[in-house]
Amino acid sequence: MKLTLSEEQEMLRKTARDFLNDKCSKRFVKQMEESESGYSRDLWQEMAELGWMGLAFPGKYGGGDMSFLDLAVLLEEMGRACLSGPLFATVILGGLSILDIGSEAQKQEYLPKLIRGERVFTLALTEPGYHNYDASSVTVEAIRDDGNYVISGTKLFVPDAHIADYLLCAAKTKPRSGITIFLVDARNPRIKYTALKTMAGDKLCEVVFGQVPVPAANILGRLNQGRSAVQRIMQRAAVGKCCEMVGNMERVLEMTVDYTKERKQFDRPIGSFQVIQHYCADMATDVDSARFSTYQAAWMLSEGLPCTKEVAVAKAWVGQASQRVFALAHQIHGAIGVTVEHDLHYYTRRAKAAELAFGDADFYREVVAREMGL
Amino acid sequence: MDFSFTEEQDKFRQEVWDFLEDETKKGYWEPTCDAWVQGFDPAFTKRVAHRGWIGLTWPREYGGQGRSHMDRLILTEEMLRYGAPAACHWFGDRQVGGAILSFGSEELKKEFLPRIVKGEAYFGLGMSEPGTGSDLASLQTRAIEDGDYYVINGQKTWTSCASFSEYFDIYARTDPEAPRHRGISEFIVDAKSPGVSRIPMIDITGTEAWNDVFFDNVRVHKRYLVGEKNRGFYQVLHQLDYERSGMERLMGNYPLFEGIIQFAKENRLSRNPVIRNKLAQLQIEFEVGRLLIYRVALVMEDGRAPNWESAMSKAYCTEFEKRLACVAMEILGPYGQLKLGSRFVPLRGMALHSYLGSKGYSLQAGTTEILKNILASRRLGLPSS
Repeated sequence: MKLTLSEEQEMLRKTARDFLNDKCSKRFVKQMEESESGYSRDLWQEMAELGWMGLAFPGKYGGGDMSFLDLAVLLEEMGRACLSGPLFATVILGGLSILDIGSEAQKQEYLPKLIRGERVFTLALTEPGYHNYDASSVTVEAIRDDGNYVISGTKLFVPDAHIADYLLCAAKTKPRSGITIFLVDARNPRIKYTALKTMAGDKLCEVVFGQVPVPAANILGRLNQGRSAVQRIMQRAAVGKCCEMVGNMERVLEMTVDYTKERKQFDRPIGSFQVIQHYCADMATDVDSARFSTYQAAWMLSEGLPCTKEVAVAKAWVGQASQRVFALAHQIHGAIGVTVEHDLHYYTRRAKAAELAFGDADFYREVVAREMGL
Repeated sequence: MDFSFTEEQDKFRQEVWDFLEDETKKGYWEPTCDAWVQGFDPAFTKRVAHRGWIGLTWPREYGGQGRSHMDRLILTEEMLRYGAPAACHWFGDRQVGGAILSFGSEELKKEFLPRIVKGEAYFGLGMSEPGTGSDLASLQTRAIEDGDYYVINGQKTWTSCASFSEYFDIYARTDPEAPRHRGISEFIVDAKSPGVSRIPMIDITGTEAWNDVFFDNVRVHKRYLVGEKNRGFYQVLHQLDYERSGMERLMGNYPLFEGIIQFAKENRLSRNPVIRNKLAQLQIEFEVGRLLIYRVALVMEDGRAPNWESAMSKAYCTEFEKRLACVAMEILGPYGQLKLGSRFVPLRGMALHSYLGSKGYSLQAGTTEILKNILASRRLGLPSS
């Protein structure tokens, strides 16, 4: 057992931090939030050149031959910097899913372009309705038609769909429980996109499939057997979001502690008041525990070990920890922290959005309950 | 990062399991909450010693096995999982032996370590005093030099395992003129020495959890001074880091945790979404606490004393134990109040015991408030208040 990063991971972390300090100022973050696309093509290309998109893919597709655990380090740094854009969707939701269940031909076709930053992918899984997080709530149908499939229905909260080249769409292919994942050309004119106005300024879309024809060759994985694939996608996505939140929280803890050392009231830094010290101690405990539970799950995913429980523990815990950390961060920062003049709000909004994505604490508590045999 | 155990570690865990499983099958003892501190079973301690499982991390020359802190964590984790009666040797193994090893003279090491390892020397602690809780440096017990001896006078309190202790590891003031942190020394006192007496204190569970220990002109030879004279306060801080470091802060009531989950399943209470939710939340909190404690062991493995790391794990874990007891009581409803031996008592009264007993967990070995102070200053560098 080892709970510290390897030398290579430390290096990756440092490179990422330096790069993002340079390129991803809060001004830039604000611009991205306000822009329609939500990302900068130039920065995207630079990230591809740094090998970020390809980090966790095998060398034979042009990837960096590193692991999901290494990717976790990168995601954490993106969380620290509040970097938005389609990397999460492209790599975690798209690329790693193709790597997991795609045919060799599909991998050869899609992964090199993805890794070079030439294609944006995303996942269309969630649908309108409440508490729809997993494959069991998929109702969008793909009807077989002369050897091909026709997809109709609405997907919701699809990240970066409006700029995507490909959508991985989970659709029903059998009346009861057969789910199949299709790789859909996102430029098909029968697909309509509406970007939603979101708290974090990230680009979540409503995606309406109006009888979109998809060739059978674009089935990803096995027909009717998509349920377990979706589960694994959800696991990677949930852990990926945890990494971002850990990055959010770590940075906010630093900002808060720094603030308590500088801010004076009654002629003393407020960090000398015991009540503030205890708030900060509570925050540190939540940050460390969030980090360990996240990395435990990321490590298990990396090793290909069954980790339903560990992923659930991480996403449930990190969500709760994040709520507490942000409540205290705001309390300690005082009124300036609830204005847009201070940077705290960038983190607050992002952490909350990440908490809501791919299953919240209630959802994963139930997963843990099942894993306990309750 | 690597969250796996080595093959040897897995094998060792299995070995401990097999031993404990065999012990319970033979009916030597029943899994009990708080057995690490209240389960006195000299024969069990002997059997553990026979396996070489006391002083596991200590050097071989003093009878130890020279094994890793991870191994010891695995060992104690399983002992706690089974609620094994390990109180006779727990304090010597966890901290006094380590203190002697870190600060004691060669003579002291040779005298005590092999005997602790053999399960033949039980220790109690003498830190707190009636007026001295969190502010340990204010202690008043005096040790005055008299030739080759120190003469000790004073009162210690909250001493766990005192009725069984053969020795006390105590802190006394040796220089009342010096600034208070710099006038304290550590001694090993034979519990049979003339002038040592004890009065049991009954805790709210009805257990004899502690003793007041009195020292009335107790003569202790100078060779039982541990470490340097007047350096005792720094030594006790070091020792407290270890006292807080372990899995007993998370798993002291593990038999209740396992028991209440089983109870919910058997009585179909686990179909109730509220109860499912509560138990799953406990499981999540448990797994998180376990990671915090593993981090502490890895710090020790690196050869560092776990300072704010054990403050963090202990503060977190004792709160978990309180919540566990609360949830168990909520699930059991009115049955939760029934005492061991009562008609209708569920889970051998463990929920009641833990509910009341856990109130003290966040007080002993450093209150949660003191631990958060440590986190604030040592981990976060906040200015002193």
